[in-house]
Amino acid sequence: MSELLISRLLRKDRSSGIDRRNFLKLSSLSGVALVLGFSSGPDKKELIAVGNVADSYQLSPYIIIEKSGKITLMNPKPDMGQGTFQSVPSLMAEELEVALDSVTILQTSGEKQFGMQVSGGSYSVRGNYNELRKVGAAAKYMLIAAAAAEWKVPESECYADNGRIFHKPSGKNFTYGELAETASKLTPSQNPQLKDPKDFKILGKNYPRPDVPLKSSGRAVFGIDVEVPGMLHASVEHNPVFGGKLVSYDDSEALKIKGVQKVVQIQRMLGKNKYDAVAVVADNYWAARQGRLALKIKWDNGELEKFNSKDYEQALRNAANQEGAVVHADGDFDKSFAGAPVKLEAFYETPVVSHSPMEPMNCVVTWTGADSVEVWVSAQGPDLVKDELANTLKIPRDNIAVNILFNGGAFGRRLYPDFATETAHISKAVGKPVKLVWTREDDTQLGPFRPLTFSAMKAGLSADGKPLAFQHKVIGPSIGSTMDEKRDNTGESSDMTEGISTQKYELPNMKNEYVFVEIPIPLAAWRSVTSSTVAFAHECFIDEMAVKAKKDPMTYRLETLLTKDSDTKKVLTKLKEVSHWDKPLPKGWGRGVAQYEFFAGLAGYVVVVSSKNNAVRIEKVYSVIDLGTVVNPNMTALQIEGAATMALSAATKNGITFKNGQTEQTNFHNNPIVRINEMPEVEVHILADGGPTIKGVGEPGIPPFAPALANAIFAATGKRIRRMPFDLNKI
Amino acid sequence: MASINLTINNKPYTVDVDPQMPLLWVLRDVVGLKGTKFGCGMSLCGACTVHFDGVAMRSCTLPVSAAAGAKNITTIEGISENIDHVVQKAWIELQVPQCGYCQSGQIMSAVSLLKTNPKPTDADIDAAMMGNLCRCGTYTRIRKAIHRASEMMG
Repeated sequence: MSELLISRLLRKDRSSGIDRRNFLKLSSLSGVALVLGFSSGPDKKELIAVGNVADSYQLSPYIIIEKSGKITLMNPKPDMGQGTFQSVPSLMAEELEVALDSVTILQTSGEKQFGMQVSGGSYSVRGNYNELRKVGAAAKYMLIAAAAAEWKVPESECYADNGRIFHKPSGKNFTYGELAETASKLTPSQNPQLKDPKDFKILGKNYPRPDVPLKSSGRAVFGIDVEVPGMLHASVEHNPVFGGKLVSYDDSEALKIKGVQKVVQIQRMLGKNKYDAVAVVADNYWAARQGRLALKIKWDNGELEKFNSKDYEQALRNAANQEGAVVHADGDFDKSFAGAPVKLEAFYETPVVSHSPMEPMNCVVTWTGADSVEVWVSAQGPDLVKDELANTLKIPRDNIAVNILFNGGAFGRRLYPDFATETAHISKAVGKPVKLVWTREDDTQLGPFRPLTFSAMKAGLSADGKPLAFQHKVIGPSIGSTMDEKRDNTGESSDMTEGISTQKYELPNMKNEYVFVEIPIPLAAWRSVTSSTVAFAHECFIDEMAVKAKKDPMTYRLETLLTKDSDTKKVLTKLKEVSHWDKPLPKGWGRGVAQYEFFAGLAGYVVVVSSKNNAVRIEKVYSVIDLGTVVNPNMTALQIEGAATMALSAATKNGITFKNGQTEQTNFHNNPIVRINEMPEVEVHILADGGPTIKGVGEPGIPPFAPALANAIFAATGKRIRRMPFDLNKI
Repeated sequence: MASINLTINNKPYTVDVDPQMPLLWVLRDVVGLKGTKFGCGMSLCGACTVHFDGVAMRSCTLPVSAAAGAKNITTIEGISENIDHVVQKAWIELQVPQCGYCQSGQIMSAVSLLKTNPKPTDADIDAAMMGNLCRCGTYTRIRKAIHRASEMMG
């Protein structure tokens, strides 16, 4: 047996709620998949590899059963509020027949055998639904086989329930712990029988999440809560002008502040970008902050200070007349549009926004040995952190230990471990463990941000309102070009035109183009990525077509644009029903509808608003999300309620703007998000008819919200909104 | 540096710190009570909410020297031993938290509200909870959970 890795993990001790460092030794044979474990000593837990579950891909030691009876499930998907701490382990627990409150859940640490460990793309559940159930089922059948052999009875007379194997005729039973060693010598089934969904005890139920009590008592440990012995605290001053160089700095005043130990020059590495920065390291965070305020830094920004949002937005408008790269084309748009008896055109604009998770970026790194680094961080993927550190610090990947804590929000921001490499550089420079905490101002000003996109829309209709030609041209920057040096920006960019060409609407002669305009600001994926902006233009313009065709927007979508059956049609039909679409509203009220299907899944909204003078109030929000299969309905509803809130902030709050090469906003007073008094009730309906498809939960609630709201405002007021953000008090 | 006496969760502490250091950082980094969170540093988000003699206060902008006057500072760790405060029970029943980072502050504001107003209306809740931001968007659940806690209080 070869030892592949030693992983150091933080473990939550449930009984006391106190964290203690736990050293878990993971060993396995190369090529081995499922592993059952047993305790081989008082303070080390050795995992024994037992065989393959599947040969087409590598599974890994997800389930650890110790002789003591303790069961540990490895969760490869960091929890950032989307519920993976429960939903992903529950896939295994369901088949293994254990209650989630009887097991320990540990986050993986980027070990290769766990495969991709990134939370993103609304993929964690749908991407693991069958695979992790198989892991649980294989383990259960090994335990059954072990018990049957012990009792010398047929396996068919045995069954698993609540952490025990029972012999049905006699009622005899063993705990899993008692069977773990024997079971570990058996060969797991390659393709174990999975449970019939009608027998599910956890999946599809509103099973309570084990992280909720921790998060309701201050006991959940986030990255910012980690402490290691001898740790120093750092605060980093970055050039607020993106890309400006450091000329010199004077740290004499900073070093006079009690507690300040050292000032070091570092670089923030974010994709292709290397931003100059100066770190102040002190005994405590407050001293580091005071030291930072006392720094005198000279930056050389040159022409970079000329960049501003106003000019960039004008450049996008100017570029709208350019021929774009063709992302998708059906038929002949130009000819059909020219010949159409009814024509309409509109131009839509959206803003840059910040992620602003409530937990500011932070990280703890111990880089005290020459070649060995340990990291504690709230991040969306331990493997991402490991890869980034290995690449940028030039350290062997296996010498980097990554501990992922609960993420205090992420929304795409924590896919980028720039703050982890910063912390590592600081730790190396001072030769001690270091905790870096960004201020809210750092978090707001430094990005990376969600890109803005502008959309030039055109449609040609027949005299009776049927679509003859349709164009959606996206004009904007590209996330990839701000991160990747080798990026070719001359061609189409499917990530900047997400979902446009895959909507189910039957639009003949449809063309989707993309015009690239460079931006000197780092950009990032933001919950639902570009769908969060392009859907606004797309679904509002569909509404404009309905109005031009003199049709009700719901009827136009369902009867003119969706003659064939599709999931989109199902979602809209359900929305029509649950929102009482045909019921008359009071004067001054209006309803709006929108849906969007994209890489993550499919959801739709009906928003109901009332208007008075120039102000609009959201009265009620109805949502339908199409999943096929649902793992936790309550968590799904929470995700939609949350997505609606986040989308409302992005639609109606001022967003991020740039002036003199830097971000104008700094904190929640000038980069506000929706507060409780602004949030209406959201009624969520889940379509989960079973079947083979399973769609994502985390992101689909974002894209259709803003267009549904803007369409409702049109219905109530007759005012067509074509630019986000818009102020609900000044429509 | 100064030696400052504090009463936190009914226990006496003496801390030797810069008197200008905000209470938040004393709680988190000196006393070691990490349930109270840093969110904005400007009293804009409420993640750092604690109680001064039962009244909700933001600890991120309050110099520790000013906290020495309170008879008792209560943090999230101090509201119950076993996660069984009525507000926590309601939070768990309605599965309020998503990422959970802002929830210590939300709960502290809710506890303070119910102390003075045991039967709050939606408008009362909105007014009392407006200072607590949640980026995950748990607001509608928070409103329901406060009503539920009120109900459980009888």
